[in-house]
Amino acid sequence: MKMYLRFLWRCFRLSFVGDWRYYAWMLLLSVIVLLGLNAYAKQLVYGLVTTGMTDQVSWGLYIANFTYLVGMAAAAVMVVIPVYIYGRRELHDLVIFGELFAVVAIIMCLLFVQVDLGRPDRFMHMLWRFNFPVSMLTWDVIALGGYLLLNLHICGYLIYCAYRGVHPSRRFYIPFVFIAIAWAISIHTVTAFLFVGLGGRPFWNAAIIAPRFLASAFAAGPAFIILTLQVIRRYAGYHVGDDALKLLRNIVTIALTVNMFLLICELFTEFYADSAHIVSIKYLFFGLHGHYGLVPWIWTATVLNSIALFILYLPFRRSLRFMNIACVCMIVGIWIEKGMGLVVPAFIPSPLGELVEYQPTLNETLVCLGIWAFGLLLYTIFVRISVPVLTGRVTADDASESHSVPR
Amino acid sequence: MTSEDQLVATGGRDNLTRRSFLRGSLGAAGGAAALAAAMSPLRHMDTEDFTVEKFLQKHYKEMSPSDMEAVLERIRGEVEKRYAIRPELRDIKANDGVEFAYALHLGRCIGCRRCVHACVAENNTSRSPEIQYIRVLEMPKGSIDLEQGRHDYDRPKVPDPDHYYMPIQCHQCANPPCVKVCPVEATWQEQDGLVVIDYDWCIGCRYCEAACPYWARRFNFAEPQVPRENINPNMAYLSNRPRKQGVMEKCHFCIQRTREGRMPACLEVCPVGARKFGNILDPESEVSQILNNKHVFVLKEEVGTLPRFFYYFDEDYPRSESLVSLPVISGGGHA
Repeated sequence: MKMYLRFLWRCFRLSFVGDWRYYAWMLLLSVIVLLGLNAYAKQLVYGLVTTGMTDQVSWGLYIANFTYLVGMAAAAVMVVIPVYIYGRRELHDLVIFGELFAVVAIIMCLLFVQVDLGRPDRFMHMLWRFNFPVSMLTWDVIALGGYLLLNLHICGYLIYCAYRGVHPSRRFYIPFVFIAIAWAISIHTVTAFLFVGLGGRPFWNAAIIAPRFLASAFAAGPAFIILTLQVIRRYAGYHVGDDALKLLRNIVTIALTVNMFLLICELFTEFYADSAHIVSIKYLFFGLHGHYGLVPWIWTATVLNSIALFILYLPFRRSLRFMNIACVCMIVGIWIEKGMGLVVPAFIPSPLGELVEYQPTLNETLVCLGIWAFGLLLYTIFVRISVPVLTGRVTADDASESHSVPR
Repeated sequence: MTSEDQLVATGGRDNLTRRSFLRGSLGAAGGAAALAAAMSPLRHMDTEDFTVEKFLQKHYKEMSPSDMEAVLERIRGEVEKRYAIRPELRDIKANDGVEFAYALHLGRCIGCRRCVHACVAENNTSRSPEIQYIRVLEMPKGSIDLEQGRHDYDRPKVPDPDHYYMPIQCHQCANPPCVKVCPVEATWQEQDGLVVIDYDWCIGCRYCEAACPYWARRFNFAEPQVPRENINPNMAYLSNRPRKQGVMEKCHFCIQRTREGRMPACLEVCPVGARKFGNILDPESEVSQILNNKHVFVLKEEVGTLPRFFYYFDEDYPRSESLVSLPVISGGGHA
């Protein structure tokens, strides 16, 4: 126990040490976090009127980011599956980076839900009157909470074992890895059901939403991991083989292809039948009665995703630079698709046919940026700690050595 | 030696020199100051709403009569302090043998919006930002497609001969999607069919607002403002007591009136008698008669919410004296 506390203390100390680039990066993130915190404090005082949301469009950027990040968290399994199911042992350590990423994404999800609440001080009411299993939101709370604990356990255990220099006992983590794989699929499915289950919103009330969620998440998530692995390789001095990146690239290619296919299915079903149900999607892609708020967004997303797909199917995808361009395109493209493209249009027009558009405010945007910066800050710290531990530069032995030195 | 090498060499314990100590404390102090500055807007926070008593308040269904009385007394005090008026606040339970329903005569409604304003006055809804439970649509004749309706019609005189008018408010569904989705059971259906909200339990996630197919729910995006002189002191816990920022509210068929035998405010003010309200378990009531004899329909029947709010058309056409026989279709027969 004492040793474990000491491990935590040293992790804490480690997170404050680095070269000037590390300090600059952390300072930048901290400033953005504080700006976000400041914006959130204003929101707490004056209410959600500080956001662009209205009774007509009652969910906006917060829920959009939440939805996107649930997908990012779920996508961590795409790094895990090849290692444990297909036995690609050489990628073993990458699992930790994937799962740390999942932990951070879930924490950001919880923060996005928290900032969306009108009465965050009453969050504890969830514990006293939990409308389970009827409300899908309670399922989501369980799914996200469970996933967070599972991943914390797996990464924490593996890193702590590396710190102590002992071989991790398979019994203590392999079962959890397999549970986490199934759980990852479930978190995103449950999040999709949150929207799909509403009969009064035809735009969401479609079976294709859950599969599309998974496909797009399994494209954007590993794309993000591809980029972070390259950053880790370059700046943290941790060896990441090109093989790992290629494997992830293949996953991304397949997932993005499926996502685009499902998009075509969706567009065909809606527009060919041309029934009254398509007003929202018409508004999204082409605008309605002179309102075009989401049209530039969705076409940007579609074009970015198409560019990414195009690059991934051509020979020059082998070049890391082009692969990175594709990754950035789809991270942004899918973010728009899930946020402005999925959450917002379901509210436009309103159930009574009123056309009220949604425009995020600066305050709301700052809160979002603050949470993203906080997530990156956390991930940077996690990587900062785990790299020296995993490479054996910080171990329990040298701690006990230094312990013998009198203070 | 970079600081990282140092750290590794000393096993995570860098040498605590005066310089590093100073640097560390300066950093910590700067960080704390920045944090305090970032959170400074909180000093404008209305702290009265965050008391231990409120934090520990139980869910409506778990409160004993004495718990409820204590809460009511606290709310009376709050209202008195803010609006300088002692409200007649009580918790009115549903009556046995009663199930409320509303019927609205589309042929009579003239779109004058008096119901909207009577509702605002009766239910102490916020004047700024404006919250209204009833929305009247001006519909072109020959269509029931809500997207054809105008929300912001503004005419010197109503009704316009080319339109008909359709007021929409909470339909008090028997299968309410809003109740289903609430994660904390802050909204539920009462025995008399009314869907109510405990404003002290709602966490403000707005999932119910997304779920409602009738756009009946309203959220307090800011602290609701009601002028002192306009407060209606006749209040019930589950209905028109003042709400707070960050919670949901909606039409409740005027619980503070209807559970004590009166009619809803929107009905009383209607100049043309387009609104009918009553107990459908009583076969003699006017609503029961209307449901049995008129051409009644509900809005968006296909979403399966089973509303208790009905619309109906004129008179009992076709009349029995105008019976005609069905045309005979040659070659075919009814299978």
